[in-house]
This record gives sequence, C-alpha cells and structure tokens, in this order.
Amino acid sequence: MAIETTMNPASDGDGPDDTGRRKFLTATTAVVGAVGVGFAAVPFIKSWNPSERAKQAGAPIKVDISALQEAQQLTVAWRGKPHYVVRRSKAMLATLPEMDSTVLDPKSSNGDQQPKYAQNEYRSIKPEILVIEAVCTHLGCAPEFVPEIRPQPFYEDWKGGYFCPCHKSKYDLAGRVFKAQPAPANLPVPPYHFIDDNTIEIGVNPTGAA
Amino acid sequence: MSNVITRTANNVWDWVNARAPALMPMYRKHMSEYYAPKNFNFWYYFGSLALLVLVNQIVTGIFLTMQFKPSAAEAFASVEYIMRDVEWGWLIRYMHSTGASLFFIVVYLHMFRGLMYGSYQKPRELVWLLGMVIYLVLMAEAFMGYVLPWGQMSFWGAKVIISLFGAIPVVGNGLTEWIMGDYIPSDATLNRFFALHVIALPLVLLLLVVLHLGALHEVGSNNPEGVDIKHGPKGNRWSPTAPADGIPFHPYYTVKDIFGTGFFLAIAAFIIFFAPTFGGWFLEHDNFTAANPMVTPEHIKPVWYFTPYYAMLRVVPSFFGIKLWGVLVMFGAIVLLFLVPWLDKSKVKSYRSRGPLSWTMLAIFVVSFLWLMKIGAGPGTDPVEAIIGRVLTFLYYAFFITMPVWTKIDRTKPVPERVTMHD
Repeated sequence: MAIETTMNPASDGDGPDDTGRRKFLTATTAVVGAVGVGFAAVPFIKSWNPSERAKQAGAPIKVDISALQEAQQLTVAWRGKPHYVVRRSKAMLATLPEMDSTVLDPKSSNGDQQPKYAQNEYRSIKPEILVIEAVCTHLGCAPEFVPEIRPQPFYEDWKGGYFCPCHKSKYDLAGRVFKAQPAPANLPVPPYHFIDDNTIEIGVNPTGAA
Repeated sequence: MSNVITRTANNVWDWVNARAPALMPMYRKHMSEYYAPKNFNFWYYFGSLALLVLVNQIVTGIFLTMQFKPSAAEAFASVEYIMRDVEWGWLIRYMHSTGASLFFIVVYLHMFRGLMYGSYQKPRELVWLLGMVIYLVLMAEAFMGYVLPWGQMSFWGAKVIISLFGAIPVVGNGLTEWIMGDYIPSDATLNRFFALHVIALPLVLLLLVVLHLGALHEVGSNNPEGVDIKHGPKGNRWSPTAPADGIPFHPYYTVKDIFGTGFFLAIAAFIIFFAPTFGGWFLEHDNFTAANPMVTPEHIKPVWYFTPYYAMLRVVPSFFGIKLWGVLVMFGAIVLLFLVPWLDKSKVKSYRSRGPLSWTMLAIFVVSFLWLMKIGAGPGTDPVEAIIGRVLTFLYYAFFITMPVWTKIDRTKPVPERVTMHD
C-alpha cells in the first residue's frame, strides 16, 4: 500500500497554496511593524515640544501701570514676546471711529485676534488701557508706536498708530491693521485682566470670561 | 631591496582586494572607465566644485564645533571667541561662512548648466530630482547654520522663516511652537538647529550626493551639444565598446577639474582674506550684534541665496485675511523646478539646438530670478518695486507653466551626430 505523501500541502510550508498565507503574514508583519515604528516615533516627536521649563517661563506676568501717563507706552515681555500697554488719551480714543473706513477689520470680527471681552470698539477691557502683542501679524516684527496725530513720511493722513519697520504694515491706535497691507490681521490682544486699577495680569482671563 | 618593498605592497594590495572586491570595480566604474563626453566646457566645473565646497564645509565645520557653544547664552560670544582668541579661528570660520555662499553660487551655476543643456531630460530625470532634493536640504542646512551665531539677523531671520509655517491654517501655531520648542526662537531652538546642522542634515546630504552621482553614472553625462554619446559610434583608444566620443573621467576630467579648482580657490582665498562679509552679502552687518528679541532690526532679510524667494513672499499680498498665499507662491517656485523634466516637451536637449523663442524664455527666467534676488535683498518699501516684483514673479512662473508650449512650438536645429570640439 503506497503511503500518500501528500499530507497537507498548506501545512508543510512549501506548497503553492502557501502564497496567500505568506502574503498575509508579510502584510500583517509590515503593518504591525509600521504601527510599532509610529509609536516609537512619538517620544522623539514629543521631545520637540516646549519643555516644562519653557512652559514655566511662559507663566502669567503682573504689570504695574500706576506710573503710565497718557499717550505713553510700556513694553513688557510675556512668553518672550514684547507686549505693549498703552494709556490712550480722550483725543486718541476719538480718532478710532474715524479710522473705521481705513482699517481692514473695524469690528474686530476675526475672533482669533482677541478674546471676546476685547472684541469691542477699543479692543480693550477699559477703553483707555490698550494691551496688545507687539508682534506684526505679517512676519512677527515689532511695530513701532507712532502716537503723534500728524502727517508722517509713510502716511499723509496719520492719526496715530503703529508702523511696522519690516514690511511697512500700518495699524491704528487699537492695533487694527489698515487695508491692503502685507499684514492680514489686527495685532493680537493677549488674555489679560485687571487685578486692581493699577495692576494688570497678562496671561490670565478675567474671572467669568472663557 | 626595492623588489621586496614592491612585492610587499603588491601583496597587501592583493590581500585587501581579495577581501574588498568592490574597490577596483568601483574605481573603474566611476573614475578610470567612466566615459564622459569629450566636449565638456566651462560649465562642467561646478559639479566637482560643489563637491569640493562640501568637503570644505565638513572639515571647517568639524573644527568649528570644537569651539562653538550651542546655547543662546554663549553662542554669540563663542563665535567672537573663535574670531579673536582661537589661533587661526578667524580663518576656519571665514572659510566656513564664505564656503556657504560659494556653495550656492556653484550650485546655482550647476543648476543653470543643467537647465541650459537639457541635462534633466530622459533618461536623466532622476539625476535632476536628486539634485533638487540636495538643493532643498542645502537650503535647510544653510538656514540653520545662519541661526547658530545667534546674532540679530540669526534670531529675526529664524523668527520670520519659522513663522511661515504659522501661516498654515489650523495646525500652524502648534507647528511653530513644536519647531522652536518654545514660544519664540530660543535656547531650545538654537540647540536643536545645531544638532540638525552638524549631524542630521550633513548625513542626508552626503547620502544624496552619493545617490546623485550614482544615478548620473548609471545613465552617463550629458554634454553641451545634447548628443547621446551612448547611441553614437563605439570604440575609443581605451575600449572597443565604449562610446567613441567618450574619454575616461580619470585622468582627463580630474585634471581639468583640478585646473578649475585652482582658479576657484584663488577667488575663494581673495574673498576670505579681503572681503569675508562681501559688503554685507555673505555676512550681514546686523549679525554682528547679539540677538535681542525685543529689538527688531530695521530691515529683516535673508542671505542673498534666499532673496529671490523672499521677494516673492513679500510682494504677494494677503487675500481674504489669509497670509498663506505668499508662502504658497514661494514654495511653489521651488516645486516648479522639480517638474522641469516633464514640463520640457522639446525633441532636443541642449539649447544649442533650440530656436530664439527658447533662448528668450531662458533669458526672461534668468533676469526674473536675478532681479527678484535684488528686490528681496532690499528694504521693500518702494511700491513701484512691489509691482515690478509681482511682474517678475509672474514671469518666473510663466517660464515654467508655459514651458510645455514653447518647447514644443519652437523650431529646433538637428542635433549633431558627433560631439564637436571647436567652440
């Protein structure tokens, strides 16, 4: 009696029927390997995030504005970026409605550029105190404070505002960008609140505000 | 006695070759039996010169890392220390900084050569693509290198370039923080750029150079006439099967390249010794002041080799409150270069066989590129210049986008049967 040597071609690992299984094993090994590489990459990618130390350095700061006079500006650093704190005079505030037709976004409708509580005519909590990030929304330079209401070499009908030295973007005294400038958006207002009349804290929203 | 020495040397050589069998075949394939067309001209110096500058950058770079401190607190002072207190430190540093600019000069001329003689055409598309990737990596390498001395322009240049990624909707802000490891370019940024500049990107660059040369030697070099010597008659003094119009790379082109190297080194030495900043073009004046995040330099501009693209970024206005357009136009200008092998529909390779239309278009491209370079290096205040910049950007794009048309309709001259030696 001849012994049938065809045991099971699929189980001896050599038969033609194994192709499908091999393909399956190759594919699953490759997929599992790729997932493993993906997970292993996470720590390396995450290591590039701001470290705990950098985040600590980004903690809120308190600014004393008791000595800040009208039409004066204070530059403070928060998270390494310069921020301007300005006490605007009545005359300066009066220029803002006049600028509505000159600026790109007069109603501050771009919600990314300020918290809700600063989405108003003056882009501030108290009308006279302006707090803005001194970082041009074009390419991150620091716009210069040009508060004088008089013609400037770069703009004939100047009503006071900010002028970026890098690519000549212009903003009004509420940090609203003029139309047709390299910069596409108003200067950002950081989260801030008043601890008392003479102290503001940058980096923390007012209680109750989101 | 000399017999013994010769015999020993031969034995050692045989011993090595028996164990490293690829050595001699490699040498033959890439040097002594690599048959390049015999009509290479001036434009063919720049490939080997790029290799020379790469070696210079690696050697001087290694020595700079021995004195440089990759921290925001110490970097600027350590560069000044290298310049003033380290013996010959000034020379090593100026060789490195001048080398960076010369690298781009050489690479731009090399790329122009490829463009002018149609060296990207079939079957050399991969050579061109690998070359373009080298160009991209080189730009990243140069940008990060410029950040390391931590001068004003290092800092503000880094800030502007990194903020380009912030223009990407949704992920932009998170991405810039991830790149910088902070909310502004800082110690963390400098430190990681150092790691990328001195080890990660150079490794990639070296690998790409090997692949670029490997791909070239697989298909063979083009030449100013655009003659395909592999399809021409066979048989030269060295081999009956090699192309009749080919000569061995070594010694013929090694000798030619050494001659070119002599001239090149003389020019490089002149710059290093007499004009290392090159009037603010190779090393910007603002970078001799330490980085200060609170004070913006009056004019922020990148080094000259980036200014054509920077000009495009600047002249494109933001539409619909989105500032991404300038960034897209800038990166698109580089992407177009990658596509050249497929945009060119001409039957002939070299512009020598093409008509006046092609030459006009090439001239328009060169003028646009150089003029944009000048605009990008300027203050960017002149509104007329902004309009000129837009026209030039349009022309730059037009060169590539209309290439399938003008390469097809332009009249061509027949490609010579054999390479000519008398131009």
